[in-house]
Amino acid sequence: MQQRRTIDQIHTNRVLLNGQLDTPKWWAPTVIVLGIIVAIGFFLIGIMVNKGLGVTGLSRPVYWGLFITTFVFWVGISHAGIMISAILRLSQAEWRRPVTRAAELLTVFSLLTALLFPLMHAGRPWRIIYFILPYDFARGIMPNVRSPLIWDPVAISTYLTGSTLFLYIALLPDLGNLRDRTTGWQNALYTILALGWRGNPRQWKLQTVGGILLSALMLPIFVSVHSIVSWDFAVTPAVEGWHSTIFAPYFVIGAVHSGVSAVVTMMALMRWLWKWEDFIRPEHFDALARLLIVVATGWLAFTFLELLFAVYGLDAPELELRDMQIFQWPWNLLFVTFLFTGYIIPVGMWLQKSVRNNIALMFWSSLFVNIGMWLERFMIIVPGLARKTPFVYTWEAYRPSGLEWFILFWSLAWVTFLMLLFSRFFPLVPLFEQKESQTFGDSIKIGRVRVPAIVREAD
Amino acid sequence: MSKSVLGLYNDPNQAADAMDALKNAGFAQGTFDVLTGTPYPEGAFGEHVPQHRLFRFPAFGAIIGFTLALFLTAATQIAYPLVTGGKPILSLFAMLVILYEMSMLSAVISTVVGIVIESRLPNVNQGVYDNRITEGLIGVVITTDDDKADTAIDALNGAGAMEIKQA
Repeated sequence: MQQRRTIDQIHTNRVLLNGQLDTPKWWAPTVIVLGIIVAIGFFLIGIMVNKGLGVTGLSRPVYWGLFITTFVFWVGISHAGIMISAILRLSQAEWRRPVTRAAELLTVFSLLTALLFPLMHAGRPWRIIYFILPYDFARGIMPNVRSPLIWDPVAISTYLTGSTLFLYIALLPDLGNLRDRTTGWQNALYTILALGWRGNPRQWKLQTVGGILLSALMLPIFVSVHSIVSWDFAVTPAVEGWHSTIFAPYFVIGAVHSGVSAVVTMMALMRWLWKWEDFIRPEHFDALARLLIVVATGWLAFTFLELLFAVYGLDAPELELRDMQIFQWPWNLLFVTFLFTGYIIPVGMWLQKSVRNNIALMFWSSLFVNIGMWLERFMIIVPGLARKTPFVYTWEAYRPSGLEWFILFWSLAWVTFLMLLFSRFFPLVPLFEQKESQTFGDSIKIGRVRVPAIVREAD
Repeated sequence: MSKSVLGLYNDPNQAADAMDALKNAGFAQGTFDVLTGTPYPEGAFGEHVPQHRLFRFPAFGAIIGFTLALFLTAATQIAYPLVTGGKPILSLFAMLVILYEMSMLSAVISTVVGIVIESRLPNVNQGVYDNRITEGLIGVVITTDDDKADTAIDALNGAGAMEIKQA
């Protein structure tokens, strides 16, 4: 089957701008349903702020539960954007073209969502202002920069600001395109946002060089963010299962695993919903699945290394914790589920070429990964707190409340809602990248076969 | 009075010929430009290769960010020297995290500012333009004095322009 068709620029505009110029029929009902779920979620969050954290299942000794798990989960998902966009841009991987915008967008909206969870978890979100201002003006107590709980918002804010700017810069040529295709208020909006983009060689050069430079700057930030998130746990010596030197790379590779899988989920949905079969092709899923096999296997190695280092010292509390995590009910069920959904089922599927080229199977396998990766975070955070230890006088098993489960579900609806709103005004696939691919694409005859080829500049 | 003239082409070779024709007609480099809906290889139209100073921006930004972060981390701790967890007041490792993040943040912001400035954006006065450029047509645009406009139009037409626009 020929996957790369020759597509002219008018057709590219018409198909890839169908979300903005000719909104699909399913868009409005879907946004309304998601909007209702989002509104209910905000209402419940309001109730929680009003009543306090007593409405959750959090209690001594488990004070970090579903909210912090979901926070780490969304920070992990956010790593898709820069991983895909920056690394593939720097390596000039041709298959990046339809993927980059969706991945960058996922980063921005996941981070926005992740940031909400510590706010909820704090119980009194307005006190977050003390992260910026002195705790007590009279005494001048400043935020403690030695605390990982300060490092964390600093790192995430850096990543969010950088990713948003990165997204906007890469959007400029497409905003110019939208300006040229619209009238009325939409034209006025895109004219302002496009900043007068014309597409001269200087602007294209800066777009290319700037994209590479921003990628190079964002990559170390991407590595630092999940490392710092992991230090929220790793620098806490009092909780077994948290105090580990391996956490930074373990969290980073786990984040890449879940993030790239989320990009696969999103690409499958984009292909189905907006009918972008000519642009998001099986070859892209094939490439992503190959990448995921490597990433997932690296992540599995870290999972077992973490376990190995924990039990190697024969420290009694650590052994008890691992025994509980792996062998005791209900943790053993969660552990097996996490291992099967996070690695064994999806990687087993991706090893088959027929699966890698099957969009539906790729979609389901990528969902499995994120079920597994959410469970992984839960298994890291909660058991260490839930294990019975000496000198703690109250003990209650952690059972997340219905409100906590709904807010987890709400966060999925919220990210989807934001994505759909974005898709109404801005293209989800970079048009100029697609057109560039057509300009640089050709085919060459080798022997008796004609193969697709990409022309690339020497420097 | 100056005038902007735009020639539209279907074929990149014709656009390159138009650029050559303008050069041969005596117009100075920098007074004419090529507009495309997608990036082309550098020099594809025989255009003047633009120089930029983008790489200075992140370096400058990182220095500013590092300095601000150093001030923030040191000054806030010295202002209220509360020992926590037996750590020194100016704990270098803890400060490094903030120093690193703020340096990178500032480098990214200044790079974005650099991209906008070096791209000569925002460009309020867009001049003569055609929406079909983002549909695949290639525009060759020149801004010149009124009395030289006819020469420019002749050069653009000579290269096979499918349409000429003036503003």
